[in-house]
Amino acid sequence: MDSKRPNRRGFLKGGAALAGLAAGAAPSAKAQVPATELRAKGASKEQVAYGDRSRHETSIRTPVAERTSPDAFGLVFHVNAPLQDLVGSITPSSLHYVATHRGAFVPDIDPKEHRLMIHGMVDRPLIFTMDDLKRLPFVTRQHFIECAGNRAKPTHKTVQDTHGLTSSCEWTGVLLSELLKEAGVQKGASWIVAEGAEEIKGASSIPLGKAMDDCLVAYGQNGEAVRPQQGYPLRLVVPGFEGIFQTKYLRRIKVVEQYYMTYNDYGHISEDPRTAALGNQIGPKSVITFPSGGQKLPGPGFYEISGLAWSGGGAIRRVEVSTDGGNTWKDAELRTPSHPMAHTRFGFHWKWDGKECELQSRCTDELGTVQPTRAQVAKYWNEPVDKVSVRGTDNTVFPWRIASDGSVRNGLA
Amino acid sequence: MDLRKPILSAAVLAAGQMGFAQSSAYGVGRTPTAQEIKAWDISIGPSGKELPQGHGTAKEGARLFLLKGCAACHGTTGIGGKAPALVKGGPPAVPGEPPPAGMEGMHMVPDTGIMALRSPYAVTLWDYINRGMPLNREGSLKPDEVYALTAFLLYKNEVIKSEDEVLDAQTLPKVNMPNRKGFADIPEWKHGAPRLQGYP
Repeated sequence: MDSKRPNRRGFLKGGAALAGLAAGAAPSAKAQVPATELRAKGASKEQVAYGDRSRHETSIRTPVAERTSPDAFGLVFHVNAPLQDLVGSITPSSLHYVATHRGAFVPDIDPKEHRLMIHGMVDRPLIFTMDDLKRLPFVTRQHFIECAGNRAKPTHKTVQDTHGLTSSCEWTGVLLSELLKEAGVQKGASWIVAEGAEEIKGASSIPLGKAMDDCLVAYGQNGEAVRPQQGYPLRLVVPGFEGIFQTKYLRRIKVVEQYYMTYNDYGHISEDPRTAALGNQIGPKSVITFPSGGQKLPGPGFYEISGLAWSGGGAIRRVEVSTDGGNTWKDAELRTPSHPMAHTRFGFHWKWDGKECELQSRCTDELGTVQPTRAQVAKYWNEPVDKVSVRGTDNTVFPWRIASDGSVRNGLA
Repeated sequence: MDLRKPILSAAVLAAGQMGFAQSSAYGVGRTPTAQEIKAWDISIGPSGKELPQGHGTAKEGARLFLLKGCAACHGTTGIGGKAPALVKGGPPAVPGEPPPAGMEGMHMVPDTGIMALRSPYAVTLWDYINRGMPLNREGSLKPDEVYALTAFLLYKNEVIKSEDEVLDAQTLPKVNMPNRKGFADIPEWKHGAPRLQGYP
């Protein structure tokens, strides 16, 4: 091969080397193409080193409607994922929602300097470097992360507004249970406190049973390193629990004997044991992403209804769709593998007759729990349906209204 | 110093023989020194057993509240700044913003969002001021200063009665918080169990 005239194979190898992806399997000197040479041939950095999407693709995250993101202090930063534009079940890392109270200050952490310490009620306190963690057995799993504030309001226009504070990615890392077994959890321990390395060192209490079950100390997201806004270089994934537990910039895990009532925790507490019980794990939830608010159907005819379903209780087993405002329901098809605590894509064949109608979806998870309607939740709490406060993360059935002109609007409005 | 501190027991066990759990399977990672654990461990639990030595009063805290820049964001009286209100009696901490359902406690409703009133334990204030304040200089306060600022917020919210009351590792965990019993236990989490029996 003439190194001055790279063929396609040489071009790809050179790109991988530039991106640092070929570590450990260095291409032969002959196959390496200097970056300068590629530039000379008119190749841009993104063509070679890190690809970008088409300039015609303009889907972006948007701030949560009620809040300025970031605010004057950078304290509040809530941006919604554009669910109406996504296909499949994976949220692209660049479009993953972000919600934080210290949002404008994403720490710039050098992974070579980053450490995770496990201590407290353990036999062998341990400190791991990132290289240490990558030596250990890994798992790769899809899990959703959802903010507890992901609440549809009548004022919301689009599905990005109503449901955009959820995202689902493929996460790679070490099971927390492996690390805790390495450290040797002592008798009497019942909680862990997970802490981040960012400025305020945000910390959450997590039940030891959950920590030993399926929590993931993740360094990978969608095939590459966890993104800075998602906790680079290390985040805790607590599958199915509210977003605040998914500790970013994870630097310390302390095994303790009681609920530690951190700043993150005390915002959660409730006098009512029923509210307290609903505050950690997210119930079964689904939403139709097409057709959805702000879109317009060009006319009667065939449309594939598409949407997402997920549950903190496990895998999605069933999704049903109603095209008559919840009077009758038909099974939708699950179009992606149904992973525990992950977004699952559903599809439903629909022929619109051009008349006004209301579309809804509801899902059932592997525990057999069915996504509730607002009316059911209102009845449980004995509150008026239009004023009911859904405790925990709002997972109620959500309606889209289709007008006879094909326009779609929020059915809560 | 309390010898039952987990820091010490863990270090002793790491060096000794009496492990309860199975032994290390991978031998990856290293054992931190007791000094490293002490430097990293900023978690203060409800018992206050991790509280460092030091002390402070509300009178000292009032001075520090101005000196350390707290007042610039939270208002000179702890009310009316851009940052969440810290003292009761003011307007909603985030003016004009209604609380999302189920999130009523978080700094958005008059008084109920005030940390000194809502937190069941005084040590939670200490822990948060110590780890999270002041903005952009987090972790810079000395233990005496954190005790004093905690005392100031408790005094301004009439949780403690005297601006000369000395708060330290022994007295802080014993402060009688108004919301001490204002929370229900979270049920034990079990894989595959429903969140709440009878809930739709």
